[in-house]
Amino acid sequence: MVEFLSFREGEAAQEPAVTVESFTGQSNSTAVRIEAGEDARELLPYLDRLSLVEVNFPAYGDGRGYSAARILREAGYEGELRAVGDVLVDQLNAMRRCGFDSFRPDKALDDAAVERALHRYADVYQKTVDGRSPVWAKRHPETVNG
Amino acid sequence: MYRYDSYDQSIVDARVEEFRDQTQRRLAGQLTEDQFKPLRLMNGLYLQLHAYMLRVAIPYGTLSAKQMRKLGEIAAKYDKGYGHFTTRTNLQYNWIKLADAPDILAELATVEMHAIQTSGNCIRNISSDQYAGVSADEATDPRPWAELLRQWSTFHPEFTYLPRKFKICVIASKEDRAAMRLHDIGLKLVSRDGQIGAEVYAGGGMGRTPMVAPQIKDFVPEDEIVSYLEACLRVYNRYGRRDNKYKARIKILVHELGVEEYKRQVEEEYAHMKQLGLNPPTEELDRIRPFFANPAYEQGLADEIDRADPAFALWVDRQVAAHKQPGYAIVNISLKPKGGIPGDASAEQIGLVADLAETYSFDELRVTHAQNLVLPHVKKADLYAIWQKLDEAGLAEANLDLITDIIACPGLDYCSLANARSIPLAQKLSERFADAGRQKDLGELKVKISGCINACGHHHAGHIGVLGVDRKGVENFQLSLGGSGAEDAAVGQITGPGFSEDGVVDAIEKVTDLYLAEREEGERFLDTYRRLGMKPFKEAIYG
Amino acid sequence: MKILTGNDLSTGDVIWWAGDGWSRQVGESVDVGDKGNDLARAEEAALRVVGAYVIDASRDEGGVRPAHIKDRIRALGPTVRPDLTLKPNDADAGNWVI
Repeated sequence: MVEFLSFREGEAAQEPAVTVESFTGQSNSTAVRIEAGEDARELLPYLDRLSLVEVNFPAYGDGRGYSAARILREAGYEGELRAVGDVLVDQLNAMRRCGFDSFRPDKALDDAAVERALHRYADVYQKTVDGRSPVWAKRHPETVNG
Repeated sequence: MYRYDSYDQSIVDARVEEFRDQTQRRLAGQLTEDQFKPLRLMNGLYLQLHAYMLRVAIPYGTLSAKQMRKLGEIAAKYDKGYGHFTTRTNLQYNWIKLADAPDILAELATVEMHAIQTSGNCIRNISSDQYAGVSADEATDPRPWAELLRQWSTFHPEFTYLPRKFKICVIASKEDRAAMRLHDIGLKLVSRDGQIGAEVYAGGGMGRTPMVAPQIKDFVPEDEIVSYLEACLRVYNRYGRRDNKYKARIKILVHELGVEEYKRQVEEEYAHMKQLGLNPPTEELDRIRPFFANPAYEQGLADEIDRADPAFALWVDRQVAAHKQPGYAIVNISLKPKGGIPGDASAEQIGLVADLAETYSFDELRVTHAQNLVLPHVKKADLYAIWQKLDEAGLAEANLDLITDIIACPGLDYCSLANARSIPLAQKLSERFADAGRQKDLGELKVKISGCINACGHHHAGHIGVLGVDRKGVENFQLSLGGSGAEDAAVGQITGPGFSEDGVVDAIEKVTDLYLAEREEGERFLDTYRRLGMKPFKEAIYG
Repeated sequence: MKILTGNDLSTGDVIWWAGDGWSRQVGESVDVGDKGNDLARAEEAALRVVGAYVIDASRDEGGVRPAHIKDRIRALGPTVRPDLTLKPNDADAGNWVI
């Protein structure tokens, strides 16, 4: 069973993440945890100094964390972006597409199910922040790449 | 008709295998119902009163003959020989076995169909105008954009766990046949200085807080529609309420923030989104567009119709609409026979309509939000033959937009959310007003019935709307008047205390009697109601 | 009386707890007293039922009658398709629901 899953090179960040409030209040911390409903944009001035952003999913159906992740990646954040909380295997793929590169689910995941979930779809329709070419780019390689 | 390429097909095929895996895990006990429910709902599989129900997507209401035939075959093979066309222009099977669901999806995939996002808190099936591409008054054919948005919304990673379901509609005509402004987002394509773009409306919807969507943008250029929608959705996903499912739709967000503030936030996000290269290139729209090109119409056909048979003439006057191409017509097929179940069609009827589409309509048909079917390209010279075949199959009712062309949700006969039965009421009404002369005299009169506040039967948008409620375990029906889902969209007003099933039929008769007595030249029921207001109707009902 | 109902996990059929197993006939329901919820969870875990719940019902000359109209419709089938109900030849079956 998988308790922690990372797609990053090297060690995962170890520093405990602090709340957004204490982080933006002049803390020296390099790790922060965003709760659902908190504004990821508050972190944008500090992206250079961050090495870990945890995004909490209080329930799998609360999708605010997907937007939070994409906002950070769109703004150029390159540190670790970790989904924590009620993270289920059937959500991994969408989370990867929104820029998450590590996962610490409340309940450990089945290894084989993780493999299947991540490789199920060879093609995607949208451009996001994961670098995958959407189907429309594959259909028009000259226009999109040239 | 759009045709899948290998990318589209591989995504749908992968979905079938994913759902097969999930279903097997459920049947083997590796997934509890709590874990499985959101997964099956993402694929349109509900547990209803009597069995599992599978909702199949019919994107923007367009079908090929082959797809329609497959729907009929599935009804015969896996269900009890019929299906139900919904107000979202989808098809529901009422009697599905869980173990069969993956095989059904696999069969659907062979004809480029699926059940993706026909349920769940995600972007649902894109809806459009059933006359798209054939009506004379459209700025452009909306279907290429609808297909572009179908692809964009399919498994959108950021917008799969929204606060609530999300419905998008694309039209391009002045006349609104798709209830565009009662969608979470409505797009109306327009031409401005030779460029196509969209007027955007946001925050419409029915349910327990019905609202007509206000316009939030007067023109989004066609090549920026995707990034504009991403902005609309992102603001909603971040700030839409999640504490109360009845306040979670975008209409509540727009209402609570105010239109101006919602617009401001969307604009801010849009300015950012535009930089990200999220829009498919114009070449993609150019790739999709030819799939919807005009079929090979014959030129120089006569426009005359032989009206010798009076029953046929009656049907032509009611069910046949003008086509942009000389010599051709649009045929509306009523799924509202006298005393029948609105939107239901047997496997045989589905098969017959598939055959008609293949033989007479360039292989194409449409489903309407009023739960009827359309053959979009029929030679006028073929109308009589088509009518005869429809008549033999019990599909030649001539009641389009009349009082017996009733929209009704499945109600408590099938649906686990319902509080009252909708269908028996629709049946009684259609019996009471069966007389063809009387219907014709009453003219356009849209009756819409929902069996609960979720409003799948669009009762808020009915000229006459009926909402079924549960009053201490007994079915009770509230009547409302003055709604519209068309370009003059409006939410109906409740008349007063509710009725029994027979009582509401009587009340509707009183309302229509008053209309006949008070109408002025050329007025529809809705016009008379708007002129007179509720008071005289209330007096007629309760006085 | 309290009776237990749900849907067959695999087929989706409406089923009623009959004491030693599940039946499609509401008339075979037995009074589950205060054991209904435990029974429901155990039967769900055994993959024989989905969405099991306890309801009020009464026994009269016509058999077991669920207290709420929704469960009477579940017991019979859709009232608008008598041919698909459990009493297809009984023209009055629909009235039992109301």
